[in-house]
Amino acid sequence: MADVKTFVPAPDRAPPSSAVGPIAWVRDNLFGSIGSSIATLVFFYLFFSYVPPFVEWALINANWTGSDRSVCEANAAGACWTFINVRLEQILFGLYFASNPDELWRPTLIFILFFALLLPLLFEKTPGKKWLTIALLGVFPVVFYFVVYGGYFGISQSNTTQWGGFLLTFALAFVGILLALPIGILLALGRRSELPVIRSMCVIYIEFWRGTPLITILFMASVMLPLFFPAGVEFDKVVRAMIGITLFQSAYTAEAVRGGLAAIPKGQSEAAMALGLGYWRRTVFITLPQALKISIPSIVNTFIALFKDTSLVSIIGLLDLLNMAQTTARSMEWKGYDIEAFLFAGFVYWAFCYGMSRYSQNLERKLDTNRRN
Amino acid sequence: MTERTRIPLHRDPKFRALVIQILALAFVVYGFYSLFQTTVDNLVARGIQTGTSFFDEVAPFQIGFSPFFDYKLGESTYIDVFFVGIQNTILVAVLGIVAATLLGFFIGVVRLSPNWLISRGALAYIEIFRNVPLLLQIMFWNFAIFLPSLPAPKNSIEMGAFYLNARGFHTPLPVIEDSTGFALWMAMLAVLCVGLIVFARRAKVRFQETGQQLPVVWISLGAIIGGGYLLYLIAGSPLIFDEPVLGRFNFKGGGQLPLPLFSLWFALTLYTAAFIAENVRAGIQSVSHGQTEASHALGLSRKDTVRLVTIPQALRVIIPPTISQYLNLTKNSSLAVAVGYEELVAVWAGITLNQTGQALVIIGMTVAVYECLSLFTSFVLNWYNKRIQLTER
Repeated sequence: MADVKTFVPAPDRAPPSSAVGPIAWVRDNLFGSIGSSIATLVFFYLFFSYVPPFVEWALINANWTGSDRSVCEANAAGACWTFINVRLEQILFGLYFASNPDELWRPTLIFILFFALLLPLLFEKTPGKKWLTIALLGVFPVVFYFVVYGGYFGISQSNTTQWGGFLLTFALAFVGILLALPIGILLALGRRSELPVIRSMCVIYIEFWRGTPLITILFMASVMLPLFFPAGVEFDKVVRAMIGITLFQSAYTAEAVRGGLAAIPKGQSEAAMALGLGYWRRTVFITLPQALKISIPSIVNTFIALFKDTSLVSIIGLLDLLNMAQTTARSMEWKGYDIEAFLFAGFVYWAFCYGMSRYSQNLERKLDTNRRN
Repeated sequence: MTERTRIPLHRDPKFRALVIQILALAFVVYGFYSLFQTTVDNLVARGIQTGTSFFDEVAPFQIGFSPFFDYKLGESTYIDVFFVGIQNTILVAVLGIVAATLLGFFIGVVRLSPNWLISRGALAYIEIFRNVPLLLQIMFWNFAIFLPSLPAPKNSIEMGAFYLNARGFHTPLPVIEDSTGFALWMAMLAVLCVGLIVFARRAKVRFQETGQQLPVVWISLGAIIGGGYLLYLIAGSPLIFDEPVLGRFNFKGGGQLPLPLFSLWFALTLYTAAFIAENVRAGIQSVSHGQTEASHALGLSRKDTVRLVTIPQALRVIIPPTISQYLNLTKNSSLAVAVGYEELVAVWAGITLNQTGQALVIIGMTVAVYECLSLFTSFVLNWYNKRIQLTER
């Protein structure tokens, strides 16, 4: 019995080369079945007949430098980014700042400040998030007003009729979300209120603005708003658009917040009630903070929609990013470069919206696992 | 004792609720009243007579596209313009909804394909099209792509009897030639449909009793297409096709979709399909894998599993947000104003408003139309949600 044979398993053999590695991946994922193989081939065909010529036109043969259209006319096989390059200040900051080069620091400073405040907020572990949020939502708009609009501290006043480009798009979207957030929160609370009159007023408000296309609201704001205010009270076009956008956006924000409120278990407010907290304390300290946290992804989604929708102000004649790009492409000097103008504006919108939607998806995933644990 | 348990009036929740609501109502009513007063004062000060008397005035502009109403310059009135606008809004909405649903379902299914390339391609499509403003897309297709690159009518792109050129898309249009024959054909089709419904009921009963299935869908499709064509011949071919013919400047006859309508439809379809595709993907993924496995364990074939287990449950998740997308598409069709397609906002809130200056009435009516559509949509949604809840247990 002394020599007990112990079983020593032979080392694992390497998996057959047909089951791992790039070849197996290609076979499984691209040529898994007859249908899949055909689809892959069709995809390759379409891809190679459209994408390389586009890349060649947009990047390889493109014109980047120069100062007038002769450069682009000499090399017509490539895209004319020269035009964007030359008119960049106008497309980003609008006519006022583009025509006063001494004032360009103002919008530049504003954008730097904005991203300096925003970017740290996107990471979970940044310390002092509360203060950053207050700075972004409370202090930044004031700074924006004094720096971009001006008129104080020796900063010359900019003419809102000459606002434009990405700066205007940004201002409209930011004002929209900033003002719509408190109104939307109140509306959401009202819609969940137990008081029938308050509830029905909030429902009517929310459904009214959600049922109307934004373009109609902008028309309304630009032709009807002057009728609603006593003579002597006048708003310029930009402010009118901001009012319309805020009314519209507050309804959507309200629905996003309402979703968050609905997801808070009833026990939370019942426990608060048992502790003797009144309605407002219950709401402000217990339910609302939790509801806002889980409704951030939906609020970001409504904000993405708003950011895209600000482009509609070009229909009522404001020179936002889209309209500015298009107007530039219709000027005598750069006539005929519409595709470049649209692609550039589209890329800017896309970059922001895609970034925000990725952020909101990440957040959603994080919040989801939190709840499951 | 009673003194101590009685709640003082200002602490009584019922009383407080009453006071708060009365105050809120009074505030809103006062707000509306003062708004109304200022508006009336302003209108008087500007000498604007608000009213509906302009409805019967003859509209001094032409509307080029009105497929179902006759619009004549110099005869049609402003109220006709309103109805033509609604008609054109509905037309582009219906065309867009059909195309966006087909494309959206296709892309949503393809997004879940085991083929890596195809699934990534669908993802790229979704992320590109839903993150760029729709207005930009409409203008891009219209002004940057179609208008400069489509040929003049003379060199139209020809697809059978369909023609595409810089003026628009031209299709043959069926016209009733022999109305009694047409009525006969319609009657025979109705009988055929009734027969098919009876057949489907029988097949279902048979399936429940014996477990034997008949290919109802294929038989019905075949009967409608093949039988319909046969009946058409029996009725003596009552339709003729009015084909577009190249005239001196453009095509004449047939159906014409002007280029703005075509661009608008194209952009709305691509944009909305991206959102519908996401709904479809989420719906299919929401059906847990256990359902499929259980169905296989019960011996259902792969095809039956998809048809009887996966799709019905996925549709429950897919349909409600998709109906909201249909409403969005309809509202978004108002962006036509940028390319000059003659729908409600463009001809009514745009041209008519400029011509008459009747801001209150015109904007009010425009908003009312969209509110009706939105109410109708939420009505359908509630109905659907209630129905699927009932069938759940």
